[in-house]
Amino acid sequence: MATPFRSSNADSDVLLNKAKTTPAGGARLFKRIGAHTALLIMAAIVLLPFIWMLMTSLKDPTEIFDTPFSLRFDWEKGVENYIGAFNAVPMITFMINGTVVVLGILMVQLVTSIGAAYALAKIEFRGKSILFAFVVFALCIPVQVPALPLYLGLANLGLLNTYFALMFPWFLSAFAIFLFRQFFKSFPDEIISAARLDGFTEFEIVTRLVLPSAKPAIAAFSIFSITAHWNDLYWPLIVINTVDYMTPPLGMMYFRDAEAGTNYGMLMAAAAIITTPLLLMFLFAQRQFIQGITMTGFK
Amino acid sequence: MNEVSDTARFSTMEEPNIVEIRRIIQKRASITGYAFAFPATLLLAVIILLPIAIVIFLSATDYTLGALNWSFVGLTNYEKLLSDAVFWRSIKNTFLYVVIVVPGSVGLAFLLALLVHERVHTKRLYEIIFFLPVTGTLVAMAIVWQFLLHSRVGPVNLLLLENGFERIGFFTDPNLAMISLAMIGIWQLIGFNLILFLAGLAAIPKDIYDAAALDGVDGGIDKLARITWPLLGPTTMFVTITTSITAFQVFDTVAVLTKGGPRGSTDVLLYQAYLEGFQYFEIGYAACLTLVFLTFILLLSLVQVRFFDKRVHY
Repeated sequence: MATPFRSSNADSDVLLNKAKTTPAGGARLFKRIGAHTALLIMAAIVLLPFIWMLMTSLKDPTEIFDTPFSLRFDWEKGVENYIGAFNAVPMITFMINGTVVVLGILMVQLVTSIGAAYALAKIEFRGKSILFAFVVFALCIPVQVPALPLYLGLANLGLLNTYFALMFPWFLSAFAIFLFRQFFKSFPDEIISAARLDGFTEFEIVTRLVLPSAKPAIAAFSIFSITAHWNDLYWPLIVINTVDYMTPPLGMMYFRDAEAGTNYGMLMAAAAIITTPLLLMFLFAQRQFIQGITMTGFK
Repeated sequence: MNEVSDTARFSTMEEPNIVEIRRIIQKRASITGYAFAFPATLLLAVIILLPIAIVIFLSATDYTLGALNWSFVGLTNYEKLLSDAVFWRSIKNTFLYVVIVVPGSVGLAFLLALLVHERVHTKRLYEIIFFLPVTGTLVAMAIVWQFLLHSRVGPVNLLLLENGFERIGFFTDPNLAMISLAMIGIWQLIGFNLILFLAGLAAIPKDIYDAAALDGVDGGIDKLARITWPLLGPTTMFVTITTSITAFQVFDTVAVLTKGGPRGSTDVLLYQAYLEGFQYFEIGYAACLTLVFLTFILLLSLVQVRFFDKRVHY
């Protein structure tokens, strides 16, 4: 199926063809061993912090310092560390805050950007090219640029330390508009004209015809958005200073500073708790993650 | 009502209807267009455009948060900025970070992509492994790195000691701290760049290699230099610019691990802007720093957008 929506599948077919070439001879074998060795060493370095985090989170504090490299795990201590991490700080609150913020942002982003992207792709209206130029401009602007006025505005309205403050700067995603516009543009015009003549409203055309075809883009963007905002530190650091509204990264910093590095077992357990949701999401949706990056190229 | 429909009415019975319907549909569509684009346009104005205008305005004032009066000071903030050693240090540190992270993460990702691309059964596994740091929450993982590289209790230093080496103050030695942060930056970005390179490699048709083999291009190095590398040129360019933009925005690891120290050695541009704006509440001065940051980002983005346009159109 070579629909314009799935160009990346064609890529992987090429890849499969390439993979069929089998190496032969001693030199090839040697090369293969070399490649595997290099890859394994790099993989070990990349995985090191994850492994260290899990290892330490399953150890008794004294053991962490006396025999840091031993592979003997004390599962009871491990459970204690994880429970300790949950009790030492309102870990559940952090996780709930993270979830609320990430989903709230995503929903608003999808609604506003799908509308704008469809208008930019398929509807003729005055000022369209100016709007698109602004979208491309906004694409380049990181949150740190409008941060001062946004902060002053939220402070004036008494909205600091709220979910709204955490979510507001992200309600507009120029990236989503740009990405969806690209997708919608390749949707056949004839189908849209036919639907219009058949009495479909534009809203119905979007929800019933165009959106289903853009599922891969929506999935990829959603994953991108969730990852970015679960992990974001800069904005929460500015607008939140009460524990009640801390997101996971803020909570992690708060926990580290409160513990002052005394209990590494618990600290590593906390790091593991905060990282796990996204790592699980990634493991379950690797294809979308990886497609999302290649589909867009953009961050 | 309009010329087209009036003249059309004389010719046949059907045409005016169609023209009329087209016109109504067109008009309805353009109203719908505004309706669809309105929420995003409003947000664009309130979240991006208006704040940027305000930042420019603020940069010409001496406004500090909570102050009762403020006044226009013209370019005073910029003069102060240019003569501020802390500012120049933050620029130098930011560039040092970029200069290490960009070649490091692009180069390693390129080499890894060549190796991973050749794998058949383990390709997916390696992709997953190298991509893990991209998804891992950087703040949490930075704290793990802090422990790993801790000057007293960190396992890396314990290993060094056990083997007769001296301790390394990864985050406490002013000459090393920025490099340590850059290493974490490379660690985090490799996976992202690797995926982009793999996509680039997958897009090179196998026929080219076959044809080249007939022409006598053989052996790994030859193929790499004469086919793979040139054909990956656009990907490499793209990855390099994207990574530069990301690296230029380094903030998290600084805020979590070093807070600009030791002795200002990791004080980067964004961290400076954050301190001035949100810790010292020197809004006017912070607005100035923000505009410096914006200028760099726009310069990099300009290259990227032009490049991206090219890629979309051919």
